[in-house]
Amino acid sequence: MFWDDVSGHRAPLQHTLKIVLNGSPSEVADAMVVAELIEDLDLSPEQVAVEVNGELVPRTERAARQLLEGDTVELVTLVGGG
Amino acid sequence: MRSAAHSETDPMTDPTHDAPLILGEHTLSSRLLVGTGKYASFEETAAALELSGTDCVTVAVRRVNLDESKGPSLLEYIDRDRYVILPNTAGCFDVESAVRTSVLSRDLLGTKLVKLEVLGDKTTLLPDPVGTLEATEELVKQGFDVMVYCSDDPRMCVRLAELGATAVMPAGSPIGSGQGVLNPNAIRIILELVDACPIIVDAGVGKASDVCAAFELGVEGVLLNSAIALAQDPLRMAVAMRDAACAGRQTFLAGPIPKRLYANASSPTEGMIAGTSLPSEAGAS
Repeated sequence: MFWDDVSGHRAPLQHTLKIVLNGSPSEVADAMVVAELIEDLDLSPEQVAVEVNGELVPRTERAARQLLEGDTVELVTLVGGG
Repeated sequence: MRSAAHSETDPMTDPTHDAPLILGEHTLSSRLLVGTGKYASFEETAAALELSGTDCVTVAVRRVNLDESKGPSLLEYIDRDRYVILPNTAGCFDVESAVRTSVLSRDLLGTKLVKLEVLGDKTTLLPDPVGTLEATEELVKQGFDVMVYCSDDPRMCVRLAELGATAVMPAGSPIGSGQGVLNPNAIRIILELVDACPIIVDAGVGKASDVCAAFELGVEGVLLNSAIALAQDPLRMAVAMRDAACAGRQTFLAGPIPKRLYANASSPTEGMIAGTSLPSEAGAS
């Protein structure tokens, strides 16, 4: 988004992408890849699995898969269950 | 047709021997499969699993909680060299979410083993039969080893086995209900009809006697969670379940005596000392 600061100058712009992350609206840096998102959230890569728009992003493809505006991302892990 | 192991192994050489339970590419010594939900802590979970003697533990797949400050993960408490981890699709009410959850679990664990649940509604948690069949077919097609939670309907179990299920797992009674095996005759018929894969009673057991009774029927395994996790003393219950599984399985393998209406004296009826007589003879004289 573009905001004018109080001095009338344009603030430095940080392009972001709007995504839906685990059901909540979220913003991430432009051109972020899935592996960076996991790192950004301070998650252990081996303890999560990732789906973008209903499709698995296999761990071998996390470093290459860029997030796009409007992506729906699911980050899952294992919890206790029967 | 299942037969007791006296045809598979010589009890005179080792009466404690039992064949392993084979699930896909995994070979298990213990026939008890134990869930990891509902324990008070991860420490308690780990201690209960250890005491139960299980070789296979179930886990669920859920969204990472991004709000919570990060604590330890369940995975840090489960030794993957010690246990086969069986991810489930608990909470899935349709084929698509069950398949997606399975795909995620396979990527997470690097295992093709999955416990399929396609549930009908939140109150009964009974399996949806049509969805269960469809999801089984799809997951088998995608190369999964599918252990299927299902109802105790014998024909349903036959169909699941025909689709290539790795194990068919009829519920003894509703999940977490502690009612035990409500229809042992259905389980017996399932055991008669299904040859292709192991039959495991999944869900409903509450007490050690429930586990024992299931194994006495001839099932190859029992999967439980709440019975241990929600007992007043989960660790002691884990021990009880371990022993019950052993006792029930051994009873089945040993071949119990048939039930009879009248007594059958264990002591010799011959050689009684003088002066004693049977009550009927005394009355007749």
